[in-house]
Amino acid sequence: MAAVTPLTPQLAPRDWASHPPYVYPGYKSTVKRGPTRPLVPLARSLAERRAPVYGHEDIGPLDHDLTKNAAKNGEPLGERIVVTGRVLDESGRPVANTLVEIWQANAAGRYVHKVDQHHAPLDPNFLGAGRYLTDAQGRYRFLTIKPGAYPWGNHPNAWRPNHIHFSLFGGYFASRLVTQMYFPGDPLLAYDPIYHGAPAGARERLVSRLNLEAAGEPGFALGFEFDIVLRGTRETPMEA
Amino acid sequence: MALRQTPSQTVGPYFAYGLTPEQYGYDYKSLFGPVLAEPQAPGEHIRLTGRVFDGDGVPVNDAMIEILQADSRGRYVESRAEAQAAGFRGFGRCGTGTHASLHYWFDTVKPGSAGAGEAPHIDVIVMMRGTLSHAFTRVYFEDETEANARDSVLAALPAERRATLVARREAQPCGATYRFDIRMQGPKETVFFDL
Repeated sequence: MAAVTPLTPQLAPRDWASHPPYVYPGYKSTVKRGPTRPLVPLARSLAERRAPVYGHEDIGPLDHDLTKNAAKNGEPLGERIVVTGRVLDESGRPVANTLVEIWQANAAGRYVHKVDQHHAPLDPNFLGAGRYLTDAQGRYRFLTIKPGAYPWGNHPNAWRPNHIHFSLFGGYFASRLVTQMYFPGDPLLAYDPIYHGAPAGARERLVSRLNLEAAGEPGFALGFEFDIVLRGTRETPMEA
Repeated sequence: MALRQTPSQTVGPYFAYGLTPEQYGYDYKSLFGPVLAEPQAPGEHIRLTGRVFDGDGVPVNDAMIEILQADSRGRYVESRAEAQAAGFRGFGRCGTGTHASLHYWFDTVKPGSAGAGEAPHIDVIVMMRGTLSHAFTRVYFEDETEANARDSVLAALPAERRATLVARREAQPCGATYRFDIRMQGPKETVFFDL
């Protein structure tokens, strides 16, 4: 009788061909802040830790609706958009019940953050932060306002393309991903060193797709789809 | 693998109202914060604190630190209900921009050893404006000399770099404090892992 080899899921490594290097001189702040020594490999077993723990109880009823979750006396200004997509692993399996946190500038390109001194108006009805716990198919869905472009200090007349920040955990401590979603056809992408920090052939995955059907109700909001792929698991024979 | 990973991008300078809102005084609930252990959590209650330094030795005012650790018996929290019952969450998040000295801090318990060949430790994620990908590092404890000597991760490092992962214990009025500074670059660059 053949021995049964037990299988244990093993988290696939970070695919460095898909991720930016730590030091990318076009993005000036990386020069003094990115680690310079080679990363030290860690035993794969340490990547199996699951964390953190959270649940539906942690998510507020308006956390997914940025047009309402900070409204004081009306609706925020700007183009309403639905941003939706699936969180998948590298094998195409949905990552269910995983936390998606987003934050973004308002329609004028201004962040609520106190250190943002860009001379553009704040919107009293818009915070720009949201959360969602993915469903069984790995899907998330936010209703928000299209963020504006804004200048930053990287080089003369540097402007960030319109973008939404995303933070995800996936099923493991080591599947952590913080990224940014961009909009199709944005002419500022060609000039943005943060976008270009991701390798060619990979950075295009950061650009959402226009999907006029995504918003559901016709004539209410523009729809953008953005799927996110986290590190997957491989079934490998357990070491004796 | 059928699909390729979505690339990482920087957390940027403006994460606070989305990821650490209560710490920074925004009117939005924080899902994770600097307190991992409630008073009733078993074990030695400690504070972990430190600063993040750039390649010029300047403290970083817009870094975000996340930590994951076992409880005082070396067990990792497996569910939200378990975390609530024990008063211990096992995971924390803190930015470096709310104190004049630009330190992060966590109120937690000292972790136990999670297994043979593993000294007590805390896993750390570091991100900030200027890192396009987050970095993984680890905190060990200076008063765990014997366990540290047997730890397989520490043992695999060049001896001169091990000290970058060892937190110093200080007696403070508020209780035991461990200081763990993170140096992104320079002769004492912290060890970062490919996790």
